[in-house]
Amino acid sequence: MSRSIALLICLVGGLTMLVSPFLPMATGWANDVTDWFNILAAMAFVLGGGSLLKVQLMRLSARGPGWGYSAVTLLAFAVTLWVGLGKVGVVADPSAPMVPWSGKPDDEGSAFWWIYLYVMTPITSTLFAVLAFYVASAAFRAFRAKNLEATLLLATAFVILLGRTFAGVVLTGWLPDWASGLRLENLAVTIMDVFNTAGNRAIIIGIALGVASTGIRLLLGLDRSYLGGDA
Amino acid sequence: MVLGADASFLNPDKVLLLVVLAATCVCIVGSMLAARAGSVPRIRRIAGLEAVEEAVGRATEMGRPILFVPGIQDMDNPMTVAGITVLSRVAGTAAQYDATLDVPVSRSLVMQAARESVQAAALQAGQPDWYDPERIRYITDEQFGYAAYAAGAMARDKPAACFYMGCFFAESLILAENGNAIGAIQIAGTAETAQLPFFVASCDYTLIGEEFFAASAYLSGAPDQLGTLRGQDIAKALIALALAAGVVMATFEAFSPATVTDSAVEVAP
Repeated sequence: MSRSIALLICLVGGLTMLVSPFLPMATGWANDVTDWFNILAAMAFVLGGGSLLKVQLMRLSARGPGWGYSAVTLLAFAVTLWVGLGKVGVVADPSAPMVPWSGKPDDEGSAFWWIYLYVMTPITSTLFAVLAFYVASAAFRAFRAKNLEATLLLATAFVILLGRTFAGVVLTGWLPDWASGLRLENLAVTIMDVFNTAGNRAIIIGIALGVASTGIRLLLGLDRSYLGGDA
Repeated sequence: MVLGADASFLNPDKVLLLVVLAATCVCIVGSMLAARAGSVPRIRRIAGLEAVEEAVGRATEMGRPILFVPGIQDMDNPMTVAGITVLSRVAGTAAQYDATLDVPVSRSLVMQAARESVQAAALQAGQPDWYDPERIRYITDEQFGYAAYAAGAMARDKPAACFYMGCFFAESLILAENGNAIGAIQIAGTAETAQLPFFVASCDYTLIGEEFFAASAYLSGAPDQLGTLRGQDIAKALIALALAAGVVMATFEAFSPATVTDSAVEVAP
């Protein structure tokens, strides 16, 4: 019974979203469905937070390997929750200056804003920066000329790398105008605009059809594995 | 909702899109009905999906866990839904082999869906006790916070098999390179075209775009689901024909005497 209700909700929600771009009268319905989803996601967030707390507390009480990380996680969780819900350091909104909590929790100057700007952002930026090294190691492995395809990949990568840097201009800038298409910077543009775009579009068309097919399977209830299958 | 006198029933800008969508749906539903009637299509072998059992078996033999990452987006993303369907198959195989399956998630709704899916898979495999909800846990919504956890878990637990199935962004390479560093067998699937090269470079198998969406039907083996894949191919053939016709017409138009004369007039001083 509960599975049938879930399938019905999926069908109604899916069809509403499907017709909304085509029927102007359905735009409001689609917004309603999106709002319901957001409400559900917000409610589920409590479950997520509960799961996080439970797992970290269990690890902490068991004193298993890495329990110190769990302690840090729990402390960070508690502090951020406290400053966010308590609106610590929030300045009153100009529209309601008599109400000290009328500002938003992430307004400039609040403790939550401070944590985000001076703790969260630097950590995130650091991890993002590490990507440069991962790209280098992945490229080193991928560009080994083991066979014809890998050799072509390597050659193409070299053209793009050189064409996107000043080295490309220095190396092939002497080519006359009638052969300007062979200059590395122009070759790089041709590869990206013609070969890369063509390949990308082929994949995107396949993805669009795959999404349509998956959507139909879900709407018709053929594929129920996301609901826990047929069991 | 009250419609004004000037409001049209159908959005005129989207009529062509509606026709294409309707044609695609007709192809898919028609093929599904044909498959149900007995005309089941033969699907080419998808190496990445054939390797699922091998990866789970390897993890079992080595006594190490399996890591499944269902992307970093919520259940409103079709890639996440496709990832959860693959998870249910992986969980079924893992339950049969009694292998440990870890599923860290970055969205609470995904956690709930994944738990339902894995529990049902364990039941279907006849191993209800194998299911442990604490193995499917919420980490954080934050993209790099989640990537940091997954990378740390890989370094600590050394999973023998890693699955990345869903929607990924910049964290894809962090995950795949860490998995590669610990020597895990890695199978990825996504429709994010910008992340595909990273997965191809770092993973053993990659489900590219539509292969990823076909995974559920492929693994289920159900005739009507396989039928939808044939419908997809028919729609793709029609689109290819339309593209070829468009190219031919555009070429003729560019070289037609009228166009050439117009160009000459424009260039002339």
